This record gives sequence, C-alpha cells and structure tokens, in this order.
Amino acid sequence: MIIFLELLYTFFKIGLVSFGGGYGMLSVIQGEVVTRHAWLSMSEFTDIVAISQMTPGPIGINSATFVGYTAVVNAGGTPLMGVIGSLTASFAVMLPSFIIMLAISRLFVKYTKSSAVNRVFVVLRPAVVGLIASAALLLMNSENYGDIDAEPVRFVASVAITIAAFVAFKVYRISPILILFLSGAFGSIFFSFF
Amino acid sequence: MTVTLGRLFTTFFKLGLFTIGGGYAMIPLIERDVVHRYKWVSGDDFVDVLAVSQSAPGIFAVNMAIFIGYKLRGIKGAVAAALGNVLPSVIIILCIALLFNSFRENKIVNNIFLGLRPAVVALIAAPVFSVAKSARITYTNVWIPILAAALIVAFGVSPVYIILAAIIGGIVWGRIRNRLNS
Repeated sequence: MIIFLELLYTFFKIGLVSFGGGYGMLSVIQGEVVTRHAWLSMSEFTDIVAISQMTPGPIGINSATFVGYTAVVNAGGTPLMGVIGSLTASFAVMLPSFIIMLAISRLFVKYTKSSAVNRVFVVLRPAVVGLIASAALLLMNSENYGDIDAEPVRFVASVAITIAAFVAFKVYRISPILILFLSGAFGSIFFSFF
Repeated sequence: MTVTLGRLFTTFFKLGLFTIGGGYAMIPLIERDVVHRYKWVSGDDFVDVLAVSQSAPGIFAVNMAIFIGYKLRGIKGAVAAALGNVLPSVIIILCIALLFNSFRENKIVNNIFLGLRPAVVALIAAPVFSVAKSARITYTNVWIPILAAALIVAFGVSPVYIILAAIIGGIVWGRIRNRLNS
C-alpha cells in the first residue's frame, strides 16, 4: 500500500518540477525512480525509455505509466497491482499541470511574458541542458554497454551503435523511431552471433 | 460555436494516438486540428498556448490539452481534452507492460534490447545540443549545465534540487540585475 502513496507523491513532484519538455522530465524520473528509490535498475529504465519513444503519445506519460507498473511489480506486487501503480503514476504526473494551468491560466499568459519569469528561465533553461546531459551520461554504464573486460565485443558494438545513432539523428535527420527500429533489428542479428 | 466535450475528447485522443516522439511532434498536428480545421483557437492565441504550455511544468502535450480544453469548455473541457490525450498512451503502455515480463526472458527480445539501449543513449544525448542552442548557452553561462550535470552524475544529487536551485538562482539573479540597472 505504501508504494502507491510513494508513487503518488514522487510522480506529483516529478510533474511539478519538470520544465523543458520530455527529456528534462526523463532526467527527473531517472533521479527519483532509479537513483533515489531504486524501484528500477538503470537498464530497465533504458528499456522503458526505448519503448516510450517508439509508442504513440508523450514520452512523459508513457514512461510514467510504464515505471508505475514496473515499480510495483518489482516490489513484489501482482500484475493487477502493477496496473493500479501505473494509473497512480500517470494520474499523479498530470495533477500539477491541472492545478497550475487551471488556477492561473488567465494570469499565466501575462505572467509568462513578464520579465521576472524570463529572468528565472535565463538560469532554468541552461540547468535543463545539464539535466538532459546527466541523463545521457548516467545511461553510459556497463548495464547498457557491457563490461569492457568481460564482454569486449558487446562493448565495442554498443559504442558503435551510439555513435551511428547520434550521427544518423543529428547529421542525417533520420527519425528517432526508424533509428530505434534499425538498432533493435541490428541487435537481434548481431548479438545472436556474438 | 460550442464544442462538445465528446468532440474535445476524440480530437485529443486521435492526437495522442497518432503522434510518436513526444510533445514537440504533436505541435503541428494540434495546430492543424485546433487552429485550421475546427478554428477553436486563433493563430495568435495558439502562440500563447505554446508559450504557456512550455513555461509551465509538466508534460508539454498535456499542458496544451488542458489549456485548450479549459479555454473552450472550462474545467470539464480541460479534463476531457487531457484524458483524451493520454488515454491511448496509457492503454498501449499497459498492454506492453503486462506482456513485457514474459517476453523479457526471450533471447531474441533480449538481443533487440541490447541493440536498443546504446541508441537510446544517443537519442537522449542529441537534444542536449539543440536545447543548448535554444537556451542560448555561451561562455558566460556554460558553467550552469556543467555544474548541474556534475552534481547529478558525480554526487547523485536529485534533479529536483537542481531545478529548485535554478529557480531560486534565477530570482536572486533577476533582483541583483534590477539593483544594478537602477
């Protein structure tokens, strides 16, 4: 029972402080869910991000729903309790948006154009850049890449995938979904031989 | 012209179902339906919707749904639009989550994810540079993202505190600049 309250509180907090789009929110989810509560391992979190990017809808809602389910099941809950966990997390992550948008939606247009708010964003936006960078750096670990001594082939192949995916996205503007499908297809063939 | 709650719900349900890749991918689709097709919101108002939804915390697409729904039909409209927007996600992810644990042990599925994980890292690393551009990172403020990332990665500080510190820092810095200017 306590895990549902913790999910409610944690995802309310995540919804309340996540500025700057889905990737900033991923960093906050990672910090709270993986680092702080250890509800999920780093590789489980990475898998959830992959699935959240490949399925329709906002990444924030997709990952909240998936994390809520996995956290409860990892803590020993039944799949049905997992479903309740996922509904709790997705409800909680939306709740601050409702409160904030409804309470001040009229004032907000004026408010977002005020210089005081702009000054806050002068510091907040660069901080969100750091958040996104930290999310990527934290995912560069042996869970996702393999151990360099124990599994050198997997490690080199994984680094090559990261570089290829980065270039494909940044330079050739290939859609992230296609990149993920190709990486998954490559993985299914390559890692069955090595 | 009144908009029914059902129409709000189905419109945002469709938007949630057919956009892959997060909130920013949803902008042109929402604009097409809400501004051009149904004329619920004028082009100028839509710019406000974007500005407010981006500067408020939370999920960008959900913020847009709440704002547009509220503008048209009050609180009920906000609930209808937001629920419509997230319902496809919740249903699809629940189906995958329920099946995922039984697939996870499968060798082929495992190999697919070994290939996916390094690509996910690249796709999260890529927006660092585009967001840095829109956040106007220069030599004078580049210490902010570096310090934020270092505190999170090396010292395990929760991003929640980084954001709170950035907000407080922004307020203090604004005050200081006001003093200096006057």
